[in-house]
Amino acid sequence: MSIADKILDQKPNAPVRTSITQRFFQRKAGVTAFTIFILVVLMALLAPWISPHDPNFVQLANTKAPPSAEHWLGGDSAGRDILSRIIWGARTTLFGAAITIITALAVGVTTGVMAGFFGGLVDRVFSWLSDATQAIPGMIILLVVAAGTRSNFPILMATVGVFMAPGYFRITRSATLAIVNEPYIDAAKVAGLTAPRIIARHVLPGIYAPIIIQTALAAGISMGIQAGLQFLGVGSANTPSWGAMMNEGFRFMLTNPTLLLWPSAALGITIAALATIGSTLAEVVRVRTPVVSETEGEDDKDWDPAQGTGAFAHDKNEAIVRLKNLRVFYQNGDEQKTVVNGISFDVKPGEVLGIVGESGSGKSQTIFSLLNLLPKGGKYVADQIEIAGKNVNEMTGKDRAKILGSQLGYIPQEPMSNLDPTFTIGHQLTEPLRLVFGQSKAEATAKAKALLARVGINDVDRVMKSYPHQISGGMAQRVLIAGAIAGQPSVLLADEPTTALDVTVQAEVLELLRELQQEFGMALILVTHNFGVVADICDRVVVMREGAVVEMGEVEQIFAQPKAQYTQDLIDASLDGTLSRKDLDASETSNVHILKTAGGGQK
Amino acid sequence: MSNVAKPLLSVENLTVEYGPKNNGFKALDKVSVEIAEHECMGIVGESGSGKSTLGRAILGLAPIAEGKILFDGQDITNLKGKPRRDLAKSIQVVFQDPYGSLNPGMTIGDILAEPLTVAGETRQSARQQVADLIDKVHLPANSINRFPNEFSGGQRQRIAIARALVRKPRLIICDEPTSALDLRTQAAVIDLFIELQRETGVAYMFISHDLGVVRRICHNVGVMKRGQLVEHGDADKVTRTPDHPYSRKLLLASPIANPAEQKKRRADWLEMRGLDNAGAM
Amino acid sequence: MTKFIAKRLLAGLILLAAVCMGTFFLAHLAISDPTVALLGSSATPEQQAVLAKELGLDRPLLVQFQAWLSSAITGDLGTSWRNQQPVWDQIVLRVPVTLSVVSFAILISAFVGVVCGLIAGLNPGSTFDKGVKIATVLLFALPGFWISLMLVIWFAVRLRWFPSFGYVSPAVSFGGWIRSITLPAVALALGAIVMIAEQLRNQVIAVSQQDFVRTLRSRGLSNFRVNLHILRNASPAALTVIAVLFASLLSGAIVVEAIFSLPGLGQLTQSAAQIGDIPVLLGITMVSVVFVVIIYVVLDIALGWINPKVRLK
Repeated sequence: MSIADKILDQKPNAPVRTSITQRFFQRKAGVTAFTIFILVVLMALLAPWISPHDPNFVQLANTKAPPSAEHWLGGDSAGRDILSRIIWGARTTLFGAAITIITALAVGVTTGVMAGFFGGLVDRVFSWLSDATQAIPGMIILLVVAAGTRSNFPILMATVGVFMAPGYFRITRSATLAIVNEPYIDAAKVAGLTAPRIIARHVLPGIYAPIIIQTALAAGISMGIQAGLQFLGVGSANTPSWGAMMNEGFRFMLTNPTLLLWPSAALGITIAALATIGSTLAEVVRVRTPVVSETEGEDDKDWDPAQGTGAFAHDKNEAIVRLKNLRVFYQNGDEQKTVVNGISFDVKPGEVLGIVGESGSGKSQTIFSLLNLLPKGGKYVADQIEIAGKNVNEMTGKDRAKILGSQLGYIPQEPMSNLDPTFTIGHQLTEPLRLVFGQSKAEATAKAKALLARVGINDVDRVMKSYPHQISGGMAQRVLIAGAIAGQPSVLLADEPTTALDVTVQAEVLELLRELQQEFGMALILVTHNFGVVADICDRVVVMREGAVVEMGEVEQIFAQPKAQYTQDLIDASLDGTLSRKDLDASETSNVHILKTAGGGQK
Repeated sequence: MSNVAKPLLSVENLTVEYGPKNNGFKALDKVSVEIAEHECMGIVGESGSGKSTLGRAILGLAPIAEGKILFDGQDITNLKGKPRRDLAKSIQVVFQDPYGSLNPGMTIGDILAEPLTVAGETRQSARQQVADLIDKVHLPANSINRFPNEFSGGQRQRIAIARALVRKPRLIICDEPTSALDLRTQAAVIDLFIELQRETGVAYMFISHDLGVVRRICHNVGVMKRGQLVEHGDADKVTRTPDHPYSRKLLLASPIANPAEQKKRRADWLEMRGLDNAGAM
Repeated sequence: MTKFIAKRLLAGLILLAAVCMGTFFLAHLAISDPTVALLGSSATPEQQAVLAKELGLDRPLLVQFQAWLSSAITGDLGTSWRNQQPVWDQIVLRVPVTLSVVSFAILISAFVGVVCGLIAGLNPGSTFDKGVKIATVLLFALPGFWISLMLVIWFAVRLRWFPSFGYVSPAVSFGGWIRSITLPAVALALGAIVMIAEQLRNQVIAVSQQDFVRTLRSRGLSNFRVNLHILRNASPAALTVIAVLFASLLSGAIVVEAIFSLPGLGQLTQSAAQIGDIPVLLGITMVSVVFVVIIYVVLDIALGWINPKVRLK
């Protein structure tokens, strides 16, 4: 049996991700709402068989009669059986809603997919039409149509559908746009697929979830509108409808409140069921699937995750940051996922400590723990966190927040997303100076300008007045550095500060960080995955992997004689001093692998 | 080997413009490049240099204002409709983003078979070829019935490479295919690219911002800056001793994973920066 | 900025023209023979023809539209087919009623919706958040007119806090005016509150997870200051909902006016629609759309102020 045959022989395995339907029915609210809705549908479909009486049969003795054995819900003002009218009314309501939804789907989804997929003029025309439709008070048009067509029910409901189409259009268009911008659509084009085929195979399967959710909500809304129209007297008197029943109930509400109660309950429960189906679906769809981590070279793990890792390198009174046995975990429902597994390190003033590792090593989580700013769901515990001689681990939230800015400065990775797009650079720099450090507006402005000049920005006045989108990424990172050092912190925490930048800008920013760190005598803890950056700026290095410290030491020692094979692999994979392709082809050796441990990692 | 062979792809004076005609933003400005059969041609540059636009223009995904693209002697510059779709058997692509480049709703088997079934092959023969490929790119044997979200970034990139190879193309445009990956994963994927090229003889246009990666995988390399090709030549030489000042600046700005050598490189960089600033005054 | 506003206004005018044209042709298409509705089915064809000629209905549609448009531009919306009163006068009489109710409803829903959405969004999963969610489903499930009915039964009939019908002009009595529009406005607002709250809540949660929020906190800013940043970034979504709701509230007002017997545009619409009084219907549509367009222009200016990226592009 060849390898290919073995691959073909694979049985479809149980999907890791449970399907949306499955997850929907795991929720009590979802099951209940769906059951109720199905019952209403059945009631409507089976009306001729389950209705105890003819809904229009007038029995004078039954006029406004209380519930009895023959008439479970009593009779209405004309002596008709209420239960039968409710059952037949369900038929009218669902029929009307179906027409509305089909119209709205046909108009909204078709135009939405076209606008999103083709863009340009098609998009502009359809978007404008959609906006225009939304600007019209639809009820006026509905009344006009009702008057003109003598309340032709299907036409009226289709008109309601036209007014609901913009909702579908917006959702479909944005869902389509999100997919069209994915590289797999480009890949499909390059693979030679025609536009209709791309839409059918790749776009439609990706947008059905928001459309179904919208349909549940729109069906509810359309039933409300329909009942409202019937309440206003639009519609045939012979067709039993919930809205008309409510109108009648309204007229007799002081003497016979149950006349209003039954149709209201029927309508309310049906719409509530639809709304619950919609919101449950929305929650179920939103569940994110976890990212699968890399497994290459997994076998050379040479540390015990149960034990804490790392150590202190300095005396207690020498260090400015001491972190002992830090654990970080995320709670997701009943599951707990540990991302940092008991690590320790310290750093002294004027020292640059690099924390280096691949994604999932827990290096950024360590920084967020020091700042006490872990993302939602994240928690940490530590035996000790000391910053500038204070045990911040035992501080309350408020006191802990006070060391931010004044003791700890933070430089993030992505310059653009870390500035508030709605405020000027000047405002963002002066706000902490005024509110945290109590400076006057003039002082804060002068200080902000001085800071910008210090981080190498030439046209300070223009930048102060600019919004984030008006400056380049490199400049934005300088602004963020200026913000981090504004309170003259004793420790700078930099989380991949150059990863999002081009190499030429990276060199400038690293040079700036080095200068500032030396000028102010700050300790700098720098998180990076780049060993070149480590070699450039760091004094000491902590190598992390899957939440543990693999090794730590002086930078020269780590590069010259790494203790762990993992560290060696990372240095080799940096491809500095690698064989060029020409040499590689000339050598014609069978081993072309960059990592010595590679090959074994393929499972 | 590449200098004597006749070019598989030749790009002549290619200009790509976005926005209003003759007044828009020139993403590519009269770029000329040649790729020979079995060659790996690298394109390096920073963001906004136009390196990705060059790849997209060749694939027919960017608006060409002027210039010519010849593939195997055939003019493919403004190919549309069916002739463009037919080109799928010869030119393929691997994108940067391992998460966005696979349709999350399709199994790996379907993703890989799609280009073949579109080309009219039977499901049976498509499945057979897909199975061969899964083995070739060293994916786990049980991959065929699984969905993309069950794979890591590196594995997804292997799937994307397999999809590019499935119709046995003669050229693959690789648009930063390893830059979203972790270091060791990147190393393994680079190994795979080289291995597959030696096996199948496919040519690569390898777009990257990383000189180390380009040095490892490319025979020749072009350096781009603001839509223009400023230098091109032997990859070994350009990544060690470039001629153009901009290439030199790129090289000196890239930190090297060796403290002693990086110290020297940093000193050279500071000196160059000092000269630049002096020159600017 | 002036150019920005001018562009928006021009777009609004085009929209207005398109909607008027659409309504005109739709109304004539739907009400194919208005004379039947006006004269009743017992009228002879001769009587119908005379009336048709009198109203100018014997001319081609396009000519009729041209005639309507050219006088509408000068502010003359024609006369009602039913009572020969100028359409403009009838509308002017009723606009204050509808506008009072709708504006009051917008004020209530914007205030309550923003407060609820902000609190829920800043504390997702809290009891308050869950309460807002349940209220959302409930209010969504109960159509506006049903809520109006309940309000009338409880607050007007049982508790007698507010009048159950009728409108008092602020010129007559300010207190009476407030009392007369409170129940209808609340009835309209309830549905709008939950839509605004839900939009803002989701947006606040999305903004809270953005990187810049962490960076703002890292600068030592207080929770209150950080929340102001979050609110500003989340507000465009809520503002857009409020603007879009305005048009739908005008629709809702028609039903609510019927329940509370308010002599507003809604009542006028209903009676005009019943007999196919096209000039009146067109006039109402035009006035409504003018209001909607004004709201949209204000929205665009507000969005431009909040998010400089929109304004400076």
